[in-house]
Amino acid sequence: MGKENHIIEINHLSKSYGGTEVLKDINLYINKGEFITILGPSGCGKTTLLRLIGGFSNPDSGEIIMDGKDISGTPPHLRPLNTVFQKYALFPHLDVYDNVAFGLKLAHVPEDEIDKRVRKMLKMVSMSDYEDRDIDSLSGGQQQRVAIARALANMPKVLLLDEPLSALDAKMRKDMQIELKELHKKMGITFIFVTHDQEEALTMSDTIVVMKEGRIQQIGTPVDIYNEPVNEFVANFIGESNILDATMIEDRKVNFIGHDFECVDEGFGNDVPVDVVIRPEDIYIMKQLAGAQFSGKVTSCTFKGVFYEIFVQTDNDYELMIQDYNPFEIGSEVGMLIKPQDIQVMHKSCTRNEMDAEVIDDTHLRIFGEEFECKSLGEGHEAGSKVRVGVNFNKIDLQDNQEDGILWGEVANLLYKGDHYHLLIRIDTGEDLLVDTNDIWDKGDLVGIKIAPKDIKIIG
Amino acid sequence: MAVRRYTWSYPYFIFLAIFAVLPLILVAVYAFQDAQGHFTFANVTRFFSDSNALNTFAVSIEVAIENTLICLLLGYPAAWILANKKYNSSMVTVILFMLPMWVNALMRTLATAELFNMLGVGLGKGTLLFGMVYDYLPFMIYPIYNVLNKMDNSYAEAAADLGANPMQVFWKITVPLSKAGIVSGILMVFMPTVSTFAISEFLTNNKIKLFGTIIQENINSSMWNYGAALALIMLIIIGLTSLLSDNEEKEMEEGAL
Repeated sequence: MGKENHIIEINHLSKSYGGTEVLKDINLYINKGEFITILGPSGCGKTTLLRLIGGFSNPDSGEIIMDGKDISGTPPHLRPLNTVFQKYALFPHLDVYDNVAFGLKLAHVPEDEIDKRVRKMLKMVSMSDYEDRDIDSLSGGQQQRVAIARALANMPKVLLLDEPLSALDAKMRKDMQIELKELHKKMGITFIFVTHDQEEALTMSDTIVVMKEGRIQQIGTPVDIYNEPVNEFVANFIGESNILDATMIEDRKVNFIGHDFECVDEGFGNDVPVDVVIRPEDIYIMKQLAGAQFSGKVTSCTFKGVFYEIFVQTDNDYELMIQDYNPFEIGSEVGMLIKPQDIQVMHKSCTRNEMDAEVIDDTHLRIFGEEFECKSLGEGHEAGSKVRVGVNFNKIDLQDNQEDGILWGEVANLLYKGDHYHLLIRIDTGEDLLVDTNDIWDKGDLVGIKIAPKDIKIIG
Repeated sequence: MAVRRYTWSYPYFIFLAIFAVLPLILVAVYAFQDAQGHFTFANVTRFFSDSNALNTFAVSIEVAIENTLICLLLGYPAAWILANKKYNSSMVTVILFMLPMWVNALMRTLATAELFNMLGVGLGKGTLLFGMVYDYLPFMIYPIYNVLNKMDNSYAEAAADLGANPMQVFWKITVPLSKAGIVSGILMVFMPTVSTFAISEFLTNNKIKLFGTIIQENINSSMWNYGAALALIMLIIIGLTSLLSDNEEKEMEEGAL
């Protein structure tokens, strides 16, 4: 699709609030008529991005091009787009009819035309009988519909939706997802939808933009995003998955859980550490061992409605999650098989922690403002000089009590990798450390951090 | 034996009975008695034929309306600026606006009168209104500020999103949604202005008499019965206005949720 098909182009957009960068160099184009979803956990900057597009705040740098013009400084009332707000923001002093007619009256549309359009919009969202109702007499779902009708009444080229379904109960949300999708087809305009719900994103979108900490991680169709996540974050955020440490042995050959597997990925190089993602439904499980690539023992089997969720301890002591239509007996020996195209190989974002340090004396370094003991640095390291140090993920010692560590931090994220946990520790100074550990921690746990002197390596 | 919770309220009921209910009953009793203690409607009917009292009443209402209008015109923008994070991010400014309320109104009024004397400004309607606005402005600002401060910004954003320019956002959204604050501001300014007498006494040297002044004069010259009748009439009028606005306020508060 060519450039002329882009309704919105976002170039190098950045935004900070009080010193924190909320959006970092966002580049994105949106096609005419597309249903695009911006997906990410809370605090990833998705709502900020939507507010910049809507005009409710202005970017620090970058441009938002709509119909060939940079609108990043245009006030919201002059932008040809409308928004469905998270808490609907229906005007409580106006009834349903006047809420929907609000934009049309401002635009001085003739009275009979307003009447026609308001009725048409209310009919479209099945709220025809509610014209004279007060806003607070409506249920959440009904308010939602009125908010959509109000935003669509202005006939915008682009509709922005800020987590519009998050306040609804599960059943209502499912219904509204289908209705919104149908509405999108009927109207033929561009929808930009913001959500933290990956299932919602997969169901509704033509294109998904996955965001994390102010950056776009991946842009693609729901199928692409699900089947070929570019990194461990996307894989973990979208759907259930087994994420495992692996080594790319050569093109089309990868080793993980102690076995070599054929895969379809090339160009990673030889003997390179990577991550692999295997969706639970892509592992074939059978009662006999003949024809299996590896074996294991069933540790749990839970009925989930359509399928069974099975946990297996493999022959090399890795835990895998598998989904299958058939139940397997707990404790039974099973064989498993993974097809080459179902193995998604991803680059590791990094293979060890690397950070700046300051030399204090021959055996001490200052890292993140605290003093760490290290092996003798040897000649050529003056006190006060700067060095770069590396610490492997599995060489960081976490303590239950904050006071027992030299640094302390909070478990910001955790990921089970088959035989160990991969933790993201946000230390009190704001920097991140990645830690591999066999101990079980919870998100939000406060931990003390220690590093043995021999594990601090000077790398430059 | 445990003391039941409602027994704690006895002291307050006793207080209310002595200082609110009893005086009210006394006012009502005096209003319907002549000097000899016989029941009569004469005091009430006398007001409606007493052109002096009727005129003063009209002047009082006029001054009260003017004062309320000026307070609203000055107070609303002040409250809006105070509640707007863009212009004011500290509570200190808000407190500075409220600070005059901590000083006794009588002292402030006396000081204002002295100031006018010193500056050689002739006392009259102008100085009266000045004193009243000075005294009552915080009572207008505070309730409006409260409502504006709590108002969800998404309403204004939604209006702008639908094509309203900042002026239209203000008149079509901000003002209607702050109606509850405006109504209580008006009540808190209008009602006490009708009955005030100290401000007019000090700032006009009694050149302009207000309804409160007449009541005070009657009582000072021992015409308790007529004074009581006037007080009762004022009470009823104020009560009626507050009842009217109470209903409206309730509707608005429900709507503002």
